Amino acid sequence: MDKLNELTKEQLRTDFPAFKTGDHIRVHVRVIEGDKERIQPFEGDVISIRGAGLNKTFTVRKIASGVGVERIFSYNSPKLAKVEMVREGKVRRAKLFYLRELSGKAARIKDKNQK
Amino acid sequence: MPGLLAKKLGMTNIFSEDGKIVPVTVLEVGPCNVYAIKSKERDGYEAVQLGFGEKKEKRTSKPQLDYYKKHGLKIPQTVKEFRNFDASQYKIGDELKTDIFEVGDKVKVSGKSKGKGFQGVMRRHNFGGVGGTTHGQSDRLRAPGSIGSSSYPSRVFKGQRMAGRMGFDNVTAPNLKVVKIIAEKNIIMVKGAVPGSINSIVAINKK
Repeated sequence: MDKLNELTKEQLRTDFPAFKTGDHIRVHVRVIEGDKERIQPFEGDVISIRGAGLNKTFTVRKIASGVGVERIFSYNSPKLAKVEMVREGKVRRAKLFYLRELSGKAARIKDKNQK
Repeated sequence: MPGLLAKKLGMTNIFSEDGKIVPVTVLEVGPCNVYAIKSKERDGYEAVQLGFGEKKEKRTSKPQLDYYKKHGLKIPQTVKEFRNFDASQYKIGDELKTDIFEVGDKVKVSGKSKGKGFQGVMRRHNFGGVGGTTHGQSDRLRAPGSIGSSSYPSRVFKGQRMAGRMGFDNVTAPNLKVVKIIAEKNIIMVKGAVPGSINSIVAINKK
């Protein structure tokens, strides 16, 4: 196993800011349309980070025109152009799946840096 | 269209250029040495025998040991014959490495599958089992059913599929694509799964 990890080490991404569950982030995704490539941002709350090494993924949830949208990203994918930290959240759980049941004001996450 | 012996190291993923995840098997390939050559004149067919790995001297029979010493070869863990070589190009002792493969090549990988032990007919031969638990039936869910008729032929036919030892068979995985080669570490990665357990020896044949 160590041998395998050694071989895939070069594919691990180290250029993202350290975000945690509950943070509000903006993910810039490379989208290929025909032969052109453009960058599409996806902004929302991180509700789950799972896996380790090459298999690490994170889930971002946002409310788009009243409908909850979740997207799972592979952390090490070359399709991610960059990740921006928008605001740090204050949460007490590692997985925020309870947000799916909530809506409106109740579905907000507290800002860590705001009193 | 040559081939090589390799050790299966395990599976992992790599990202392709367009960002897709490709499941790969990592194989430690060679370096293999040529241990014997069969020629048309002497043996009736052309082939090359390749050896891979190392084993202890005391685990080797004396006739074999003499042969290895005579040619100055190290004691191999496995020797396997490859029919698809152009045998006249090689001589005993030649070393073969990953450079016979290129990224994009189609290969077939053969080895011994994992042993599954004594298995029933449902797992071993994909039987459906016998009916349900109704009509007073309670304990025949995974049974094979009838294995023949009584008065004629009054015996069970040869080859009737039954429960027994499963796995550890010779299995070939055809048409696997070589995705990546790391020459300095003697490693190649092929897309998809390969028969056998981790650390088992497999033969890679180029298509």
